[in-house]
This record gives sequence, structure tokens and C-alpha cells, in this order.
Amino acid sequence: MDTTVELPVKMVKPDIRPYIKSWITPLIVPLLLLLGWHAGVKVSGTQLIPLPKEVGLMLYDFAFGGIYDDAFSETLPLHLWSSVTRVYGGFFAAALVGIPLGLLIGRIKLIRDLLDPTLQLLRPVPVTAWLPLSMIFFGIGPNAAIFLVFLGAFYPIVFNTIFGVKAVDNRLFEAALMLGCSGSSLFRQVVLPAAIPSILNGLRLGHGFAWILIVVGEMTGVPEGLGAVIMDGRMLSRTDLVIAGMTVIGIVGYVSDRMLVALNNRLLKWSPQHHV
Amino acid sequence: MSDSERRPLPAIDIKGVSKVYSVGGQTVQALREVNLTIKKGEFACLIGASGCGKSTLLRIMAGFETASSGVVNMYGKPIVGPSPERGMVFQDYGLFPWLTVKENIGFGQRQRNLPKAKLNEISAYYTDMVGLTKFADYYPGQLSGGMKQRVAIARVLANDCEVLLMDEPFGALDALTREKLQQDLLEIWARTKVTVVFVTHAVEEAVMLSDRVVVMTAGPGRIEEDIKLALARPRDITAIEFNQVRRDITQYLSSHVSSKVAA
Repeated sequence: MDTTVELPVKMVKPDIRPYIKSWITPLIVPLLLLLGWHAGVKVSGTQLIPLPKEVGLMLYDFAFGGIYDDAFSETLPLHLWSSVTRVYGGFFAAALVGIPLGLLIGRIKLIRDLLDPTLQLLRPVPVTAWLPLSMIFFGIGPNAAIFLVFLGAFYPIVFNTIFGVKAVDNRLFEAALMLGCSGSSLFRQVVLPAAIPSILNGLRLGHGFAWILIVVGEMTGVPEGLGAVIMDGRMLSRTDLVIAGMTVIGIVGYVSDRMLVALNNRLLKWSPQHHV
Repeated sequence: MSDSERRPLPAIDIKGVSKVYSVGGQTVQALREVNLTIKKGEFACLIGASGCGKSTLLRIMAGFETASSGVVNMYGKPIVGPSPERGMVFQDYGLFPWLTVKENIGFGQRQRNLPKAKLNEISAYYTDMVGLTKFADYYPGQLSGGMKQRVAIARVLANDCEVLLMDEPFGALDALTREKLQQDLLEIWARTKVTVVFVTHAVEEAVMLSDRVVVMTAGPGRIEEDIKLALARPRDITAIEFNQVRRDITQYLSSHVSSKVAA
């Protein structure tokens, strides 16, 4: 009797400990890092590195103003918007060129023979090494930065797309052919969906590179943007501003990566092993 | 009355088919002078040890490969490439992982620009035929091997295939699932009157299923024996007659293998 009474009681009080755990566990290391940072600055007595608290104040002022009221107060939206539009401009341009090009290179031998050697030759050149040329091509200004973002995102997108197309299981072509699917519908109904996991993987990698390169690109005489803010902070020895800029990039990069992950999981709901 | 009505054209007619591969500069003869005629509605098994060319022969019937010499006709017309009339069921399923069960089953019909309602109706009918209605919206990755093979069978049937080509379709399944699928395949065969060419290396499976067992031997691949089975259906695996036939076929297979070893 006792056990039958006890069962429903247990069901009304669900165990919330696992949920708390799943929220707390990921926060442990960042909190320890902040603590270590704080302690490190205090113990060493350095003037070069601000305390986490000071960076927090700087971030607030950067976003909303009202604390220092200097040239950087309340300018976060402006810089953030500049950087975001450049990152996504370059990134989408890379996707727009990289995905179709990758599909063609992967599928058509003539185009592969024509373009692949050149791409393989250009790939090992670090994208940052293009900066001087990029400034000659596009002048000093945001376009040079966008070009770097484009180039940085382009390589992973195009190479992952090529890989995805070439890796399509031959069995699926046979299955499609014997079911009456051929020509361009084969491309649309078999090659494209089969390559989507690799394409998304390339987009995610390219997106990561885009955020890296925007900072490099904006460090060269662009008036606005998070990279420019970090550069200004360095010139003015405003380390709190430098770290505030880094924090914003980290958070925005993380959030937009999560959006790509959500897209990935939605498009690949047929393949749990591709979920991130 | 025309000639073809008195003697109906065979579903598959293979005349003098040879197949030579070139592997790393060496030529390998996979098939030599194979002749085989399969009647409409027949259930024929091709059996033999690995390397006897049974899968190659099936792939030539499907149109995935071309014969080096000889002719392969379907109802008198030469086979020039893969076609919905000849549906292949692979051992590794070959389902489209990004499509659900009902979308996989409707894949062939979708190529024909049917109205959506008609398409749904056809795919629902065949999903039901293989007993997967409850799983219609599942993806292949969520199904067991037996269920995947049911989808593969329904997919070609839904596409109006007249000859079902099966390449060791149940080879990767566990014994219980295999038996169940064999029974279901026989039911579908009786219901749809489809012609079946079934490749296997399991003698029991061949005797359980077919009207006719074609024994193939290797080096180069050719047809050794062509045995009509007169056993009544449904077949009883424990019956004396069943085991007599099974023993005979096993002997054909093993005698060839041992003579090869002796040589």
C-alpha cells in the first residue's frame, strides 16, 4: 500500500536539481577566471590591467554613458552596427560566391580542373597577409576590412562545399536514377541535400573567421567599428576599453554562432549526429 | 492473334552476356556467356558464392552497368540504363536520409509532376502496404534495419516497378527480422504480381522464396544449374521435401567450391 501512495507524491515534486546543474556547470570556469583575474591584479598591484569591475563599468558607460562621459560613452551601438554590417556583408558575399562555386567545382570536372589548383595555391596564404594589397585595392576604409572578411569566410565555405559534394554516396545516385530522377533534378534533390551538412559546417567555420578578420581589418584607419575601438584603446592606454571591446566581440560572436547552430539543427533535423 | 500474345515476351531476357572488368591494368572476367530468361510474375533467385557474378548480373539488369557483350532485354526492349520499371533494393538500403519514410516512398512518383493529393495517396498506400503508417514521418536514421528495407521495397513498388531486383536485401538483418521480411515479401509478391529477381547466398532463403533457383559459379561467373521448385506454398522449412531441395542445391554449390579448391 505504502508504495502506491508514495508514487504520485514523487511525481508532483519533480527533481529540479539536474536543471540547476545544467545552468551552473557552464558558469563555473568563467566565474573562476574572473576571480583569478581580480586576484591577479590585486596581488601584483599592476596599473596596466584593470580590474574586472572596472571593465564592467567601462562596458556600461560604453553602452549607456553616464559614468565617464568621454568620447566613447554611449558609442557601442554605433561601433557594433558598423562591425556587424561589415561582418555579415563579407560573410554573405562569401557564402553567395562560395556555395555555388563549391557545388560547381565538386560536381563538374572541367570546372574543378580549371579552378581547384589555383584555389589550392591561394589557400595557404594567410588572409591577414592580404591586408596591404587590400588597402591598395580598396583604399583606407571599411571596404578593405570587408574584403578581408570575405576572403577569410570564403575559403572554408568553398572547400567544405566541394568536400560535401564529392562525398555524396554513390548509392544515392543509383537510387535516384532508378527512381527516375536525373539531370538537374538530381543536383537539386540529391547533391544539394546530401551536401548540406558540409556546407553548414563551412558556413560556421567561415563565420568564425569573419569575426577574427573584421578586427584585423578595422585596425587600419577605420573610424568606427569594434576593431577600431580596440586600436584606439591601445593608443590611449585605455586597457579597460580594449577589454570591453574584446568582451563585446566575444558575446556577439557567440550569439551569432548560436543562431547558425539553430539553423544547422533545424535544417539537419534528419541527422542527429550533425547536431551541435 | 499475334505471335507475342501466344508466347508472351519474357520480363527479362539475357542472351550471351559477358562482362569484363579492368582492374589495375589486369582484366577480370566477371561473367561469361550467361543466358537467362525470367518470365513475367516469376520469383527467381540467383545464388552462388561471392565472386560468382550474381550481383554484377543483377546490376546489368538494373542498367547500372553495361554488358561487355551480349543482349539484355526487358519485354523485348533493350535495357540501356536505370529505369523506374526495374526497381532495385540494395543491401545497404540506399534511402535518402533527409527525407521521411513517406517522402522516400513518394520520391519516384514526385519526379512525375503529379498533383500533390495523388502523390500523398500513393505514398500513403505503399507506406501502409509495408506496415509503416505509424512511422510515416520518421527519418531513416530513426528506423531499424528491417524497417529501412521495408521503405526501400515500398519505394520501388510505389514507383510502378514491374521487375523487383533485390541484391541480398536481407543479408544485414537478424534472423527473426529476416524471416518476417521474407514472409511479407511473399505476401507483397502474391498481391502485386511483380516479377522478382532475388540475389542471395543463403540456400534456405532461396528455397523459402523462389519458384526457381539459378545456381551460379565463379571464375568466370556463369550459370551452373537452373532448378525449378515445385514445392507448394506456403513453404514449411521443416518439411522433408524442403530439406531435400535444400540439400541438392547446397551440393551443387559445395561440389563446385571443393573442385575449385582441389584444382
